[in-house]
Amino acid sequence: MAGDDYARIKKEEKEWRDRCLSGNQERLDEFTTISDKEVKDLYTPADMEGQDYVNDLGFPGEYPYTRGVYPNMYRGRLWTMRQFSGFGDAYQTNLRYKYLLEQGQTGLSVAFDMPTIMGYDSDHARAEGEVGRCGVAIDSLEDMEVLFDSIPLDKITTSMTINGPAAILWCMYIAAAEKQGISSEKLGGTIQNDILKEYIAQKSWIFPPEPSMRLITDIFEFGNKYVPRWNTISISGYHIREAGSTAIQELAFTLADGFAYVEAGMEAGLDIDSFAPRLSFFFNAHLDFFEEIAKYRAARRIWARRMKEKYKASDPRSWMLRFHTQTAGCSLTAQEPENNIVRTAYEGLSAVLGGTQSLHTNSMDEVLALPTEKAVRIALRTQQIMAHEIGVTNTIDPLAGSYFIEKLTDEMEEGAEEYFERIEELGGVLTAIEEGFFQQEIANASYKYQQQLEGQQKIIVGVNQFTSNEPTDIDILKIDPEIERKQKERVKNLRQNRDSNKVDETLKELKAAAGGTDNIIPYILGAVRVYATEGEIVGALKEVFGEYKEKPLF
Amino acid sequence: MEERKIRVLVAKPGLDGHDRGAKVVARGLRDAGMEVIYTGLHQTPEQVVEAALQEDVDVVGLSILSGAHMTLVPRIKNLLRENDAEDILLILGGIIPEDDIAELKQNEYVTEVFSPGTPIEEMANFIRDSISNRAR
Repeated sequence: MAGDDYARIKKEEKEWRDRCLSGNQERLDEFTTISDKEVKDLYTPADMEGQDYVNDLGFPGEYPYTRGVYPNMYRGRLWTMRQFSGFGDAYQTNLRYKYLLEQGQTGLSVAFDMPTIMGYDSDHARAEGEVGRCGVAIDSLEDMEVLFDSIPLDKITTSMTINGPAAILWCMYIAAAEKQGISSEKLGGTIQNDILKEYIAQKSWIFPPEPSMRLITDIFEFGNKYVPRWNTISISGYHIREAGSTAIQELAFTLADGFAYVEAGMEAGLDIDSFAPRLSFFFNAHLDFFEEIAKYRAARRIWARRMKEKYKASDPRSWMLRFHTQTAGCSLTAQEPENNIVRTAYEGLSAVLGGTQSLHTNSMDEVLALPTEKAVRIALRTQQIMAHEIGVTNTIDPLAGSYFIEKLTDEMEEGAEEYFERIEELGGVLTAIEEGFFQQEIANASYKYQQQLEGQQKIIVGVNQFTSNEPTDIDILKIDPEIERKQKERVKNLRQNRDSNKVDETLKELKAAAGGTDNIIPYILGAVRVYATEGEIVGALKEVFGEYKEKPLF
Repeated sequence: MEERKIRVLVAKPGLDGHDRGAKVVARGLRDAGMEVIYTGLHQTPEQVVEAALQEDVDVVGLSILSGAHMTLVPRIKNLLRENDAEDILLILGGIIPEDDIAELKQNEYVTEVFSPGTPIEEMANFIRDSISNRAR
């Protein structure tokens, strides 16, 4: 479109405003997204002025990937339906996995309990009351073998939400596959392994930043050599958003973390194209429909541009931002939980329209407890309905060209670029973490949102408007306290029955490696194979690496 | 004489790192005129009680989203009792199923449990009322 066309549209729009809108009252003083970003009443082609189709949008599967990372997107293959799941012990969770696979789920995603996430064995004092509560308890290779019993690890892909001790759980998975006779080259899946967002938002860290970053780059290197189909990191905005950030903050902080990992890999001497194609991302799907779609589209474009232009990656796979999405847990309401089915469906739809590679849809009861089988089935069915009934998979990036979506995509990119500058001015991601920059930005945004809820500028149905006093009437999954007792017993038995000389030996070698510069993963794998527990391995590493402590702020 | 501000310890016992609720509540109660101390993450029950005694607080607000509340809350209450600090108002927020709320309240481990979506004003009023009833 030529410049005088835009001028004509703007002139016509002004006349239309004078002619039709003067005197018309609006319902609200201002209209904003859930992230408090102002939205205009109308968008026109003039809002896309300066946008160049080929350079800014292009074609699916090609740079800058704004319209999607694959040429045929969901016409070729649907997104992976991957419900995050784990509770109790490995036996219980193994049954749930088999159930989900029978129901048509196409990938697994492991939720670990808090002691596993924090690197404590189930019989550690700090694990008391937490074993198997918000995920499955895994203490050693023995538990991992049970978790995937009769599930062929060369046929499915598995995502594991594990960060501080990611290397250990990954090694357990590799070793469990060995026991099934499957070599590591055949394994596909993802470990979250994103420690930066732990410091920023999710707050389950173990070691300080420097050794944590080394563990991560060691994983990149090992993965490239021996587990080439594995996504060695899932750089996550999900938790940043759950902690209360805005959409732009989620986008900016996540990509900034991504660039920090790229730089760390390069500083460790790795060729960028040897590890960047295995970097993957994980975003939140919150309630504000269009804002979320624009966020995913902007993420792909920013990543591609930086990877190609700034970091000079030459393999197109290094430019592609592939991502998993989970609907927003923080948007679920304890009041009238059935309404959460509706919220989740809209959120999931934004992820699909935004071109996600895999999706977890929350179950309606997750605001109350871990989901029941019925609630999980409804959540999975929500995805199947989107995939097969409502026609949104027929064409690629169907909202492209919407004046509003394109403008919003540009604005998301601009907002993220502003944050990148501020982070750079502060001295980079690690310094910004140490100074509490991200933490304070997120705390401010979440407090502002809370105030808007209390002032009713933002509405949540059933919570601050349209409330009812009906008691909630849904079944809740209960974790039997007996699970904890049994798991403690299991890990005690393991310690008695394994070859403890081998365990001591491998742990000693591991400590020596931690103090040196060798890639540490083979040493962890060595300890895992002889049934050293997670807590023992973490303990050995803590002796060398130390522990991270946060300065609390609010 | 100026009235002493209500002193509140906002605490995160257990291993979970979900601190959004704790932080929002801490700030909201401070804005409501209370003196608020936040423990930070990953506290043991002993650390929580020690902080409560040291800071001489009127209220301890616990935030737990990991499902460990049935272990952690009774332990904290018992430690308060052992230290003759039973008069400290103990309240709880987080992901707490209704049956557990009933059990915790019935056994007098907590005075009140606030579910997600509770306005901070409601919590602040509850705290003020409880403290002033006690003073009488």
